[in-house]
Amino acid sequence: MLEIKCPYCGKRSQNEFSYGGDGTIKRPALGEEISTKDWDDFVYFRDNPRGKHTELWQHVSGCRQWFKASRDTATHEIFSTCKMNEDFNE
Amino acid sequence: MRILMSNQYRTSNSKGLVNKEKIINFTFNGDSYQGYEGDTLASALIANGIHLVGRSFKYHRPRGFLGAGVEEPNAMVQLHEGDRSEPNIMATEVELVEGLKAKSQNCWPSVKFDIGEINNILNRFFPAGFYYKTFMWPKSFWFKVYEPFIRKAAGMGVAPLSPDPDRYEHNYEHCDVLVVGSGPSGLSSALAAAKNGARVILAEDKAHFGGSLLNDDVTIGNMSGREWASDVISQLKNMPNVVVKSRSQVFGYYDHNMTVMFERVSDHLENSSKYTPRQRLHYIRAGEVIVSTGSIERPISFGNNDRPGIFLASAAREYMKVYETLVGKKPIIFTNNDSAYATALEFIKNDIKPIIVDTRDNSDGQLVKEVQEQGINIRFNSGIANTKGHLKIKSATIGTLDNQKENFISLAEVDCDCICMSGGWTPTVHLSSQAGNKLKFNEDIDAFVPDKKRQKETAVGSANGAFTLNQSLAEGFQVGFELSNKFTSNDIKTDTPISNEPDQKPHEKLWCMPLPNGQKPKRFIDFQNDVAVSDVELALREGFRSIEHVKRYTTLGMAGDQGKTSNLNGLQYVSNIEKKIVPEVGHTTFRPPYTPVTIGTIVGREVGNHYLPTRKSPVHTWHEENNAVFVAAGLWVRPRYYPRGTETMNDAVNREAANVRKNVGICDVTTLGKIDIKGPDAPEFLNRVYTNAWLKLPVGKARYGVMLREDGMVFDDGTTSRLSENHFHMTTTTAQAANVLSHLEYYLQVVWPDLDVNVLSTTEQWAGVAVAGPKSRELLSKLFPDVDLSNEGLPFMGLVDTKLGDIPARIYRISFSGELAFEVNVESNYGLHLWKKIMDVGSELGVQPYGTEALSTLRIEMGHVAGPELDGRNIPYDVGLNGMVSQKKDFIGKRSLSKEAFVSEDRQTIVGLVPVDKKSKIPEGSHLVADDKAPTPIPKLGHVSSSCWSVEYNNPFSIAIIKDGKKQIGKQLIAVSPLKDISIPVEVVSSHYVDPKGERVRS
Ligand SMILES: [Zn+2]
Repeated sequence: MLEIKCPYCGKRSQNEFSYGGDGTIKRPALGEEISTKDWDDFVYFRDNPRGKHTELWQHVSGCRQWFKASRDTATHEIFSTCKMNEDFNE
Repeated sequence: MRILMSNQYRTSNSKGLVNKEKIINFTFNGDSYQGYEGDTLASALIANGIHLVGRSFKYHRPRGFLGAGVEEPNAMVQLHEGDRSEPNIMATEVELVEGLKAKSQNCWPSVKFDIGEINNILNRFFPAGFYYKTFMWPKSFWFKVYEPFIRKAAGMGVAPLSPDPDRYEHNYEHCDVLVVGSGPSGLSSALAAAKNGARVILAEDKAHFGGSLLNDDVTIGNMSGREWASDVISQLKNMPNVVVKSRSQVFGYYDHNMTVMFERVSDHLENSSKYTPRQRLHYIRAGEVIVSTGSIERPISFGNNDRPGIFLASAAREYMKVYETLVGKKPIIFTNNDSAYATALEFIKNDIKPIIVDTRDNSDGQLVKEVQEQGINIRFNSGIANTKGHLKIKSATIGTLDNQKENFISLAEVDCDCICMSGGWTPTVHLSSQAGNKLKFNEDIDAFVPDKKRQKETAVGSANGAFTLNQSLAEGFQVGFELSNKFTSNDIKTDTPISNEPDQKPHEKLWCMPLPNGQKPKRFIDFQNDVAVSDVELALREGFRSIEHVKRYTTLGMAGDQGKTSNLNGLQYVSNIEKKIVPEVGHTTFRPPYTPVTIGTIVGREVGNHYLPTRKSPVHTWHEENNAVFVAAGLWVRPRYYPRGTETMNDAVNREAANVRKNVGICDVTTLGKIDIKGPDAPEFLNRVYTNAWLKLPVGKARYGVMLREDGMVFDDGTTSRLSENHFHMTTTTAQAANVLSHLEYYLQVVWPDLDVNVLSTTEQWAGVAVAGPKSRELLSKLFPDVDLSNEGLPFMGLVDTKLGDIPARIYRISFSGELAFEVNVESNYGLHLWKKIMDVGSELGVQPYGTEALSTLRIEMGHVAGPELDGRNIPYDVGLNGMVSQKKDFIGKRSLSKEAFVSEDRQTIVGLVPVDKKSKIPEGSHLVADDKAPTPIPKLGHVSSSCWSVEYNNPFSIAIIKDGKKQIGKQLIAVSPLKDISIPVEVVSSHYVDPKGERVRS
């Protein structure tokens, strides 16, 4: 069970969080003209890197805030976490 | 039943930790025995001369004890009877308790005469890979022939069929330093860390602290090793920053320094109170973990080295020194190193002179000299070739080895009643390896030791390959101090005491004896899985090279003991044959649990009603008192129907639904998800979340909304009302309430943080009662005489804030049943009051409560979609909600709706189905086909999502989602349920079966 540092609450065990996928995906703007391929890339396609991965987590059993985490998908090491409006302090 | 009172195998001079004043009665295989307080089941049986405890896994060979602790591969027993019965328990790990009942397993009809032993005689038919080779073909034989055979033949213990009556608990702990194992290095690191002020947990698997200090004759400071151990423990127990746990095994090391430990809380107690857990699981998040798990002695492979009475030398010594028990009175010590001589000395202390067989040419170690000083002649350059004795060892064939130590040059048979063997020591690296440590091979000790760490884990003492007491203590004090310094600023260093131990000479790199001339006795490597040297040879001959493949093919190290005594000998043998060094062969992976853990401990308190939280509406007690039959809806418990007298479920549901259609019914809808939405951008937010338009919803009005996922599939639906300019009250389905909240939070926090909106779950704050039916207005008028409930005063989709007496209440004019209907909300605490009031004033109108079944009937008849239709696989068009989709604005998931497949003409759509015979109920999940006699695969047109008995038309009615549904209306299809083996001809009709124009809700 991972130990994740919520940027609002501090270190908590993984079972208080839910995983929110790739944190680098940007939703196309509302009303934006977008090709089907680009839309499908946004909806369906995600990289599955071995190594460092920027991802989203939500502290569901805590403050309910979404935040960013930089995690190694192979070793589970979490290098850094930060609020949505911040950049990693690495 | 025989009563045997003996204890004839007790030591005369060893002073152990058993209490001879306290006699404990127990039974084994139906016979009664006596042991002492402090005994294990193993030591008590051995003290009574019982060595035959079980049968081996594959060949059903008679087996006794090999070890004295967690390393034990053979002595697995079935404990207790009835619902506490427990299989596959190591007798060496069971503390003797009054009345304990144990029996052998894997044998029939008895351990002494076991039918399965024929496997031993036929063993040439059971070579390595036997299962793979034999049970391959034909495939159809698997279920009926092979699997039952394997299960019967391989059956170990028997699991009880009734629920476990005992209580188990989980506990979460945090500490700076967790020390695993209380031998010399564990005690010293715990003491050093604790004195430096760190928060320390010290865990010991056994009942007694001290590890090897209990078995070795050493001194630390001016105390014996054993005295020093108890002195350190009493110091630690008195420190407020230290938790000391015995009977506690750390069995798993997971990510981010999360370790898991189970504690045997009351297994050893004769009586424990009802609420004392039997075992407890501790999740320990440790800043640093010190792995001081010690080492396990290696066996030696020689002919028939598995007979009852053949022990590890260290185990024999532990039985004497801790349990005052003799494993035999005519011992042979067989060793490739000095440490077994300590066992010889302990025998000598008890006036027993052992025969000593040493593979080495010589040794002048201190222990060897002490034995020689006792006038004992040591047979150097010798080995054991074979043994005799069917149910218990009787003799050994001892031979002199040639110069290459590859053959015996002379053999002689010697009587004995036990053999104590030692092939040196294997560091217990399991936890380090689980933690991700890349092990390295240490050629001085011929074993793997921890090397490059991935987590905050440090091995010390013999777990780290430090086999002398001096090294262990020095490492322990040093590491304990250094690691604790990360957590404290005290910088208090504890000095390492001076210790004294006999020096030891190097071991010989020889773990497998040659075969005696002309004989091929089995030389076992893995006792639990019956893997012999010949099996490893066979695997290599057949081309298996990777050690992981050899492991799986031979099953070496794959039993419950995970190869604690066999892995390294197996590796060593492979490397000998392959002419490689062990590190090139590599090692197999260590995985949790280190020792078996009961399922009860893993599950903890999460059983029965504690498995999940139960959510109940404030009206729950009324439902109970009024004969409701309940159904789980997620965590909620909801009334399903309220049977009267002898009514069946169908009777009750039809009555309740019909009463709504002609009178008035009330339904507890408290479980609906409710989300409070506030902020200046709230209308804009809803406009993006829902498919329809929200900007112009007037205050005091509700609107039905549908939300999609980005992939265009319908996610949830519900009614949301505008309470004031910037304040909305959203309702969700019961099932999706939590997901919808997370979804909203995601878009507000991640995607559109510029929107000024707050969302908050208020599901628990409101109790809701749906009042539905043509007489609902009349009923509520009595309850709220001051409120204008007419079509003008409160039109469809309107809402009004009012009071029920002094209680604030809100009335919504919304309908799920398709009838004239209202929903009344009050604060949760007044829910029961509201419900009772409605029942009260409604009695003269014939009001009846209705449950979830009638609720379903009413919505299915109307063609309203719910969970079965909104299953995450349908876009709005498919479920008849295209009218809800705004063409003017963008919203979540809209772009997906214009994808080619989603605008296809012949997409699936929602329809109604009526059986042609107007009688046959169509099972939900049935497939719809045009012709059920067509050759397979029959083209599938769709499936039945919801079924009910239409109380309006008095015949079955279903909703289905079928390909090109609109064009199918009027046609006849077949609903096929292969599960129930039925085919029903059905007519396709509109899904709006009752009141298709929707006039009733506006009446
Ligand atoms: Zn938080």
